[in-house]
Amino acid sequence: MSDDTAPDENWGQQFDRLPPTPDDRVVEGRPSREEVVDWWEERFGVDPAVFDGYTFWEKGAGKIWAFHGEVVDPIKVEGLGMRILRTRQRHWKPSTNAVQRFCGDATKNVIELSPGEAKAFVDGHDQQLDRWEGDWGYLTAAHEIAGELEPLGVGLYLHGELRSTVPKGRQEELVKLD
Amino acid sequence: MNPLQRYAPLVDDEEAFFAACERPLPSVVRVNTIKTTVARAREALDDEGVAYEPTDWHPGILKLEDSSPGTNWPYFHGWLHGQEEVSALPAIALDPQPGERVWDTCAAPGSKTTQIAAMMDDEGVLVGNDNNLGRLSALRHNAERLGVTNLVVSNQDARNFSMKPFGERTPEKSGSFEQFDRVLVDAPCSCEGTCRKNPDVLDEWTMNHVKSVAGIQKGILRRAVQVTKAGGTVVYSTCTFAPEENEAILDFVLEREDCEVVEWDVPDGFETAPGITEWEGDEYDPSVTKARRVYPHHNDTGGFFTAKLEVNA
Repeated sequence: MSDDTAPDENWGQQFDRLPPTPDDRVVEGRPSREEVVDWWEERFGVDPAVFDGYTFWEKGAGKIWAFHGEVVDPIKVEGLGMRILRTRQRHWKPSTNAVQRFCGDATKNVIELSPGEAKAFVDGHDQQLDRWEGDWGYLTAAHEIAGELEPLGVGLYLHGELRSTVPKGRQEELVKLD
Repeated sequence: MNPLQRYAPLVDDEEAFFAACERPLPSVVRVNTIKTTVARAREALDDEGVAYEPTDWHPGILKLEDSSPGTNWPYFHGWLHGQEEVSALPAIALDPQPGERVWDTCAAPGSKTTQIAAMMDDEGVLVGNDNNLGRLSALRHNAERLGVTNLVVSNQDARNFSMKPFGERTPEKSGSFEQFDRVLVDAPCSCEGTCRKNPDVLDEWTMNHVKSVAGIQKGILRRAVQVTKAGGTVVYSTCTFAPEENEAILDFVLEREDCEVVEWDVPDGFETAPGITEWEGDEYDPSVTKARRVYPHHNDTGGFFTAKLEVNA
């Protein structure tokens, strides 16, 4: 039974709240709230205040969810807020949905795409984009819509190439009007 | 037989009612204010050459013209969600507030759930429940695309919904709760009101199905009232005209649970008819007239039923 699960196990069937800081860590390898918020600030310049009022949770190894409310810890449900980050690997990977939701005002590692590049990116194509002179790794790919820059999703930039990580289910949505 | 014939005695203009039910429905989208503003979404549609017209009663609910060309960037960004016009009514009757605890009993695929999240400013605890695991994945997909972050997805039978996962038995724990501020019961139903979108519902209609689904509706609505705090709100809605699934359900629950039907603010410019108190020899509690019926010819929409209940202190 889940109720008997030792507190130091990372149990895949429930959501466990992240410890506030690394010093509070009980479960090995579990990131802390502080590290998660710092990561968004360091990588994309997202203001930590954006996450005030959010609670952070892990379900399964390394999958981090952000929830804009309070519930009991642990909690056994099918979903809790939004999957925002994959941790417990060398390079933490943000999700498409999280970048769309939280990187609207990102100030770092945002690559602006032309209309043609944006379309190709959303269709899942990798593109040679040698103009980028910033960091390698996960970038926010953005384009201009209705007069402002808007995040499209997550690109992985390596060796002059921007690889699209837009999930298949999202790729089809560009032509769908229902 | 065409089940719509049953309802001829209820409508003010039979001919207009049947004519409207024959016409296809316009495509309608709701602007998702979690990710953008109504002004920006409309500007993006204008830039893409997608033609639309705002509804008379809600600036963020847009009717699309049939032959819209081009790609749809605002849809990709989760700025828009396809949602039938009438299906925006239950959340308006529910009137959820930021920071509240709200339960959507039959949430998938999530049009109303995500509308509720937006009305809560995406803040608080919104439990989106569905008993069908396959449909839950559609709910999750829609919620994530629309940027919803205050949703708890749950997979229970709403009729005996357990509050145990939310800490009912551990009130001393932070974040635990045992009752909701508001609950939406958008019940499974015989769906005749969707005939303009899906005419097959009329061919598949049987009285047996009405009777069996009515049992489920009663069970869900009773449970909804039981887990709502005193003074809280429960909204009951269906997309059927059948009194057996509408007023009769309210009447059944009014007799057994401590609650009452109250008026709700129908948007200006949206025409509705009152709930009925007599049907095929049955009589219902007089307060069910406070529920609102929507007929397709009134606003050129699908058919709908929405009632607001207040749980007594």
